[in-house]
Amino acid sequence: MEIWRLPISASQRGKLISAGYTSLSSLSSISSSDLARELKVSESEAMNILKVASHSRGSETSNASCSIVEGAQTAWDMLHDEESLMHITTSSADLDNILGGGIHCKEVTEIGWSSLSLIVNSVLKYKLTTAFGSESIIFMLIGGVPGIGKTQLGIQIAVNVQIPNDFGGLGGKAIYIDTEGSFMVERAFQIAEACIEDMSEYNRFLRKDFQECKIKMLPQDILENIFYFRICSYTEQIALINYLDKFLSEHKDVKVIVVDSVTFHFRQDFDDMAHRTRVLSGMALKLMNLAKRFSLAVVLLNQVTTKHTEASFQLAFALGDSWSHTCTNRIVLYWNGNERYAYIDKSPSLRSASAAYSVTARGIRNSSSSCKRIKMM
Amino acid sequence: MANKLISEIRLPKSIANVFSARNISTAKDALSLTEFELMELLDVGLTEVRSALSQISEIVAPPYQTALSLMEQRFQNEHLGGHFPTGLKGLDAALCGGIPFGVLTELVGPAGIGKTQFCLKLSLLASLPTNYGGLDGRVIYIDVESKFSSRRLLEIGLRSFPEIFQMKEMAQEMAGRILVLRPTSLAEFTQSLEQIKVSLLQNQVKMLVIDSMAALVSGEHEQGARRQQTLSWHISFIKSLAEFSRIPVVVTNQVRSRNHDDASRYSFQVQSRDGAIETPMQYDSHLVAALGIQWAHAVTTRLVLEAKSGERFIKVAKSPISPPLAFPFHITSSGISLLSDDGKEVMGPEINAIHC
Repeated sequence: MEIWRLPISASQRGKLISAGYTSLSSLSSISSSDLARELKVSESEAMNILKVASHSRGSETSNASCSIVEGAQTAWDMLHDEESLMHITTSSADLDNILGGGIHCKEVTEIGWSSLSLIVNSVLKYKLTTAFGSESIIFMLIGGVPGIGKTQLGIQIAVNVQIPNDFGGLGGKAIYIDTEGSFMVERAFQIAEACIEDMSEYNRFLRKDFQECKIKMLPQDILENIFYFRICSYTEQIALINYLDKFLSEHKDVKVIVVDSVTFHFRQDFDDMAHRTRVLSGMALKLMNLAKRFSLAVVLLNQVTTKHTEASFQLAFALGDSWSHTCTNRIVLYWNGNERYAYIDKSPSLRSASAAYSVTARGIRNSSSSCKRIKMM
Repeated sequence: MANKLISEIRLPKSIANVFSARNISTAKDALSLTEFELMELLDVGLTEVRSALSQISEIVAPPYQTALSLMEQRFQNEHLGGHFPTGLKGLDAALCGGIPFGVLTELVGPAGIGKTQFCLKLSLLASLPTNYGGLDGRVIYIDVESKFSSRRLLEIGLRSFPEIFQMKEMAQEMAGRILVLRPTSLAEFTQSLEQIKVSLLQNQVKMLVIDSMAALVSGEHEQGARRQQTLSWHISFIKSLAEFSRIPVVVTNQVRSRNHDDASRYSFQVQSRDGAIETPMQYDSHLVAALGIQWAHAVTTRLVLEAKSGERFIKVAKSPISPPLAFPFHITSSGISLLSDDGKEVMGPEINAIHC
């Protein structure tokens, strides 16, 4: 976004942006009469703008890799970046397997987002070549019926992100944004305690020495690293996500943001559905921006509702089709017989697969059934 | 916080003037628009919009707390760390102390199973002084179907706590703490709720019971989508009331028979038929909780009361802390009591099924 750097008046800037010119490169190939027509200004004014733009552009040093398009990253570089990404385990090996190792940092997991580029194009009128153009940004949305374990998974992730580097974890902190009041602090303590016990067990197994290999972490330390925000309206939700920019620059060790649930406050209060979609997309884009800038994972928990499709009623994610489409990664938690399953409904990089998991007193774990297997669809 | 006036937030003069000129007076108005819409509306550049929004957001955003300080705060300030013991030992143990403060707990079951009896017992318990396991405060009981019986309440009191209730003044004191409201319409209920919210803390109200939520909503003439909208507002209001006052809120719900509208599958499940195990539950129980899936999401703890082959069970169907356990219970002159404190663990979605 370099238009704002141009020394032109505010209303001219506003007109440029409303017409869709957000980067200097977009002004390079247009004539002054076309620009005048698009911006509805006089030709001399348009010529002035172009002169200022070309002057600014000339004084910039051009980087070889983005000389074609500003802000783009080559696919090779992206692959390299992705391989060096750390993963947050969900504590269930089967679930981790289908998620390709766990939840990626720098990705936002949300269930129900389709193509990022479509949303970017249609909502913000940004050209694909802006800073948001990298396609490694993904949102992960996790949805399921009440009681399936969404909050449990959210708390488990907030605890697991803190697993130290020595144990293959990220050693980071977590932000837990609670919109419904479902975060139960005693449960978080239980899960933290069990996580530390598992780490001690692993330590003992690995080190194989018979002395006391106690982990020096206490459940209280884990709870101290979870930043808890309680949201009571959608205005607060939007305000908080805007504020997170500042918060995250002050707390650089946060590695995951869990929003439980992202849908609750948006299901009432909105008469104009189109407006709601715009606000949601704006919020989602900000979250993606945070994920990219601070290299963290964003996990959004979603409620489900019933939808009438194809002459029958089915379960679908709340907040409508547009919201469902804004997410690239979508995970559905559902009941299959007597077991809880997680199914990757949509993902550009992971295969559609389902895995069983269970909710135990110690948190989310592998399903204990003997015939468990990962089903590739 | 959402209704904070823009004029109270010290924004740079120029942008503050533009906001008021365009009639954006509260933070909610400003934050409901995307950055783009604001730029167009106010005719200012992106930087100014962004900096104004970040200033507004910083003020409107709620403060954070670490989970540790949350836990310490709860254990220091609240009764048993924020739990209200029901007197049913097995259930209290499963729920980590009792019914949680600040969230909705639902009792759902077929007619005559004992929901109102349970509510009466809880109201009584809440009015008792703390050394008897109570909350030592007032209880607001919203009785929609006129099921509240003060005679039964006093009978329960006499049987369970004879040392208190045998003395007439004490009985009067305790019973005097339970305020019964009988709204005749949803509108009246809404009005009462709004009044309650305002006077809750100063009147020492320690528990709210709504018996029953389903009866309130079903009495209205609206159907379908309009009904969902009305319910949404109430759900939100009651939750925020519970949250801000940190009291336990118990709501009862009815059952209805399952109809073909009830969805239980996702589109991907319908497509791939292989490997999907047919849930036996679907053919076994034809009853589901009323009020729909939005309500089911909103309650934090769901206790299902059902009768199966002559025995009654109270099941913890949804809880952030408890495993899915079923406890056999019966109703006696001293209220409701468990036949066994060891709950039986129920596998799978069977925990949500309601038998009668």
